[in-house]
Amino acid sequence: MMNFIVIPILLLLALTAVTVARIRNLWAAVMFTGIYSFLGASWMLILDAPDVAFTEAAVGAGISTILMLATLSLTPRKRHQDGHLQSDDFDEKPRKKSPVWPLLVVTITGFALIYGTFDMPHFGSPEAPIQVYPDPSFISKSQHDMHGLPNVVTAVLAGYRGYDTLGETAVIFTAGIAVLLILRRAPNEGLKHADQESEVVAAANLINQADENSDGELTQEADS
Amino acid sequence: MTMDQFLGLYNYWIVIFLMMTGFYIVIARENLIKTIIGLNIFQTSVFLLYITMGKVTEGTAPIIRNGGGHHEEEHGAAEHVGHAALGREVELGHSVSDVSAIQHASYLENTNPPASPPLDGLADATATSGALEQNTHIVAEYQGVIYSNPLPSVLMLTAIVVGIATTALALALIVRIREEYGTIEEDEIIELDRNS
Repeated sequence: MMNFIVIPILLLLALTAVTVARIRNLWAAVMFTGIYSFLGASWMLILDAPDVAFTEAAVGAGISTILMLATLSLTPRKRHQDGHLQSDDFDEKPRKKSPVWPLLVVTITGFALIYGTFDMPHFGSPEAPIQVYPDPSFISKSQHDMHGLPNVVTAVLAGYRGYDTLGETAVIFTAGIAVLLILRRAPNEGLKHADQESEVVAAANLINQADENSDGELTQEADS
Repeated sequence: MTMDQFLGLYNYWIVIFLMMTGFYIVIARENLIKTIIGLNIFQTSVFLLYITMGKVTEGTAPIIRNGGGHHEEEHGAAEHVGHAALGREVELGHSVSDVSAIQHASYLENTNPPASPPLDGLADATATSGALEQNTHIVAEYQGVIYSNPLPSVLMLTAIVVGIATTALALALIVRIREEYGTIEEDEIIELDRNS
């Protein structure tokens, strides 16, 4: 019964990835990336990881799509006189090099990795090293340590690995500051190129920064 | 290749396919935004690799059901839950296998649980396969319910958040590059650099 759900999801996942690789229009590629993240989140849900699925749906399909669309709107290939944009302004430049070499490298790497999987524990095997070490009785111990907190993932994330999560918050904070510093314009620089275009870009940057600021909060919510 | 092998390893192959698609985008495409998209696909496939490894057959999501009545009461009185509760659990035989009973006992005696030194680990592994032959599980089990491993989920939650941070930074750099060079195509940027 479960196979009727899993097989279509995996096929669509592979199909979406190939479509992203082939499609020329960046706008469409970003949308397909959102679909890809969402399908990945669906598979994670089936694989008993609802917390990761929520976060992937919120962050991968949500925030990262928004960030990419914001970036796209700032980086069209050409800008029309009246300021409006068409969908073919977001096309990639046609490539002259043939894709044979990258394909060859990717195929060889892929087969090397597949050769490596023959030693891997089988899917769902309860004797896989990951299931045996560390001692899985920490699940019942977490009930004692965290006073009956039902979600073990939360117990590990916020309790046993609390410092790690603190470090992760520091990473988000650092990235937010870095984005602000990269996109900031010096006050006199704005006066120097005071043409219409740079004003539009500056306004869009502000919107982008506002997105960045809401990032941290959203991810925190998704985590808990 | 047998059918058994296919069913046991197909998850890795799907992940490898997705990973290689992302890798292809990164090395074959010259548009900077497309490269970031490729990196994102690669990254998500790594998340999926970890999550598939944490799955246990017949397992469920690692959220403890609060169905077991007396355990809830004990958790209410948080002071003397721990050792007493675990002791009672062993006595009541709450479908605890022999191996985990030993582990609980060692926990009661406040000694270290096994699997820290490598030699103990080996002994533990043989004990595990022995337990499996008797159709009992050493896997994450509590009150008779098998849970999939929560650790990959925790690690991947952290990775997703760090991933969006790096993506945001990369996109900000792309916006900056577009302002300076007027293009986001790699070959045009290199040409502009050569001519200047």
